[in-house]
Amino acid sequence: MIEHDILVVGGGLAGLAAALNSDPKLNVAVVSKVHPLRSHSVAAQGGINAALGNNPEGKDDSWERHALDTIKGSDYLADQKVAELMCQKAIPAIYELEYFGVPFSRFPGGVIAQRPFGGAGFPRTCYAADRTGLVILHTLFEQSVRKQVKFYNEWLVTKLVVREGKCAGVVIYDLTTGQIMPVRARAVIFATGGYGRVYLKTTNAYINHGSGIGIAYQAGVPLKDMEFVQFHPTSLYDKNILITEGARGEGGYLVNNKSKRFMEDYAPSTMELAPRDIVARAIQTEIDKGNGFENEYVQLDLRHLGEAKIKKRLPGIREICINFAGLDPIESPIPIQPAQHYSMGGIDVNLKCASIIQGFFAAGECACVSIHGANRLGGNSLLDTVVFGKIAGEEASIYVRGSGDTGLEEKILLDEALELKKRIEGWEKKDSALKIHLLLNRLKEVMSDNVGLFREKKNLEEALDKIHELKEQYHRVHLSGQCLRFSQELVNILEFESMLDLAEVIALGALNREETRGSHYRLDFKERNDKEWLKHTIVTQKDGQPLISYQEVDASKYKPKAREY
Amino acid sequence: MEYIFEILRYDPPQDKSPYFQEFLYSTEESKSVLEALMNIRNEQDCTLSFRYSCREAICGSCGMVINGKFDLACRTMVESLESDRIIIEPMPNLKIQKDLVVDMEPFWEALHKIEPFLHPQKEILERGHRIEEEEMEKILQYINCILCGCCYSVCPVVSRDERYLGPAALAKLYRLVKDPRDKRPFSNWSRVNTEGGAWGCDTIFKCNEVCPKDVRPADGIEALRRKLVVEKIKRILRLNK
Ligand SMILES: Cc1cc2nc3c(=O)[nH]c(=O)nc-3n(C[C@H](O)[C@H](O)[C@H](O)COP(=O)(O)OP(=O)(O)OC[C@H]3O[C@@H](n4cnc5c(N)ncnc54)[C@H](O)[C@@H]3O)c2cc1C
Repeated sequence: MIEHDILVVGGGLAGLAAALNSDPKLNVAVVSKVHPLRSHSVAAQGGINAALGNNPEGKDDSWERHALDTIKGSDYLADQKVAELMCQKAIPAIYELEYFGVPFSRFPGGVIAQRPFGGAGFPRTCYAADRTGLVILHTLFEQSVRKQVKFYNEWLVTKLVVREGKCAGVVIYDLTTGQIMPVRARAVIFATGGYGRVYLKTTNAYINHGSGIGIAYQAGVPLKDMEFVQFHPTSLYDKNILITEGARGEGGYLVNNKSKRFMEDYAPSTMELAPRDIVARAIQTEIDKGNGFENEYVQLDLRHLGEAKIKKRLPGIREICINFAGLDPIESPIPIQPAQHYSMGGIDVNLKCASIIQGFFAAGECACVSIHGANRLGGNSLLDTVVFGKIAGEEASIYVRGSGDTGLEEKILLDEALELKKRIEGWEKKDSALKIHLLLNRLKEVMSDNVGLFREKKNLEEALDKIHELKEQYHRVHLSGQCLRFSQELVNILEFESMLDLAEVIALGALNREETRGSHYRLDFKERNDKEWLKHTIVTQKDGQPLISYQEVDASKYKPKAREY
Repeated sequence: MEYIFEILRYDPPQDKSPYFQEFLYSTEESKSVLEALMNIRNEQDCTLSFRYSCREAICGSCGMVINGKFDLACRTMVESLESDRIIIEPMPNLKIQKDLVVDMEPFWEALHKIEPFLHPQKEILERGHRIEEEEMEKILQYINCILCGCCYSVCPVVSRDERYLGPAALAKLYRLVKDPRDKRPFSNWSRVNTEGGAWGCDTIFKCNEVCPKDVRPADGIEALRRKLVVEKIKRILRLNK
């Protein structure tokens, strides 16, 4: 049986950071359902935050200001000590990335360039034109080549095996051979990314099904603040490919069909650079009021930035517009609409990225240490992945060095794999015409229609009903069988179980939270209610059912204030 | 519009050899070849295999040959092909694992051989290297490379000489040695001073033609050659002194 001291699941930024910072004396490997460079992190565009103070307008910036902006942006749901930790570690993290070779854009004088981003008091977003994710992911991958990190690519983890509160390993489906196998590990770090594809309209990669979060949940790990789903204001109309906030950071305008910069009605002092929750709702409100185009989108106008700036600072955006919308932003405005973008919630972990299961850690978008609270600021997520990925690697190493052998019989793991094989055979035998892609689409529609930007009791209840119906139907799903090598159908069937659980937890958390906070906007409870709701939602699975509880927020330093922009 | 997709299928070892299978695909909207493939898989044959991820031409998963042209399926719009018959084949020069999925291992191995990571000076600079943007200008195009493998699979030298590292790896090496922060010794990168390295290129520039990200790997290879020659001459002059 394959065995490792530390098994990192996920080859995106958080996973690579975890592997690179694990103790090199330990036997570490990374499992990923796609080659690491195909991970969603590669698509990040706009940049990564750190209070370097390189922009002349950011001279007075400090990590404390960064933390305060993060906390305010989170609508005070972030745990303040955690936000401070991340912002403090941001500065050395950027210089380390630079040392590894990330080709950041520069200001004259040769220092790393920084642009303004939404919700930030100073321009503190470091970037490499508009392909920040590409260059950072490729650079960390290069470092993993240097350090000879062991990779198992195109392996899908389907189960986290836990015995007596301790992590024992995972079960995987190897796409390349079609085999199901257990992998034994003393510590497992999940860095499995977000669940954007639970929604119809999302900026996320096709592969972002969020199964890691669901697998942890099924193994008894609580999920935190899952109802907080970020909708990005500016995705390309129809295709929903992201148009980075950097486009507004560089000076882009949002205009409605009356040629008005409508943000002046919603956030008069910060305009287009208000936090994402506010801008996304403003756009949707304009569209709903009839001020959009074709009742579907508004426009992001970059033309006044001029050809030179667009080519230098936003070449990727220009390429996306040309490839996918047949227009050149130098000449025409870009049609944009909000789309699901990021999951603030996730696997409940502490400052050390550790969960309640011994030896099980999580980092990156799949985790919720609680930095982003109810709304994440742009540029803070890449930061989260490198800072907490590193912490997860270090802490898992400390854990492994201090813990004995799992002492677990191989048989337990083998049995788990056998059980999955039986389930697969079961799906093959079903002769119903129920195909997985139909269920997938149905779920996406339910979530988009009922658990989107604007929420209310009736819709949320309806969503839960429909999710339960889909759970019933899932038992009857049919797998074509024949060949299990590179079977995307099997991947979808395996991941769908998690997606159903996630959808349920999101909708349930949203239904219970009778207030409006950050990205969670209740039409029937339009105000933030700190007295009753300044707390984290925790959902744990017990006997297949979600059990909801609440946890205190660390708001020890900055008292919650009204959020004005 | 109605289209006929002719897709290369192969499931070794069950299938003795690859064959083409026809699928009918109709759409009223503007769809990418990737969307069409997903639709065909979902509606007609769930066993059809191909790779994908980001669907926005940045992850490099879905390189394939579409009506004879090497490109990413996600950024190729079906209607742009101006044909109702669309032939889809996996990237050549790499072994087919299943249908359109190819074994990229030789491609990654070639990349590993050039030590594809920055060799910075030993001590860490507290506030990072200082470099002017102009110093990076020469390498910017190579930074766009997404390692999709299109250039590798179109390259005639790769197909006949298994020693050849291929365009992507060599361009990457040039990007690194040209980086003002890179301090790797000549002895390190001059290992490509061979037929399997920088001198293998036939200079027929197929790689430049097919790159979906407008990288020109052959420019990098040519520049590497020049740099190799210049360094050599410098060394000889130094020896003579
Ligand atoms: C288009 C776009 C642009 C963005 N731009 C920015 C930006 O400019 N700045 C910023 O701060 N943030 C940005 N974000 C957010 C940020 O990119 C992501 O939050 C971050 O990259 C997530 O990294 P990760 O390592 O947690 O996950 P990912 O990069 O998504 O990696 C997840 C990994 O887990 C693997 N995996 C998942 N499930 C399984 C499983 N069951 N078994 C095996 N492997 C599995 C996948 O193969 C993958 O390797 C952007 C997001 C999007 C969608």
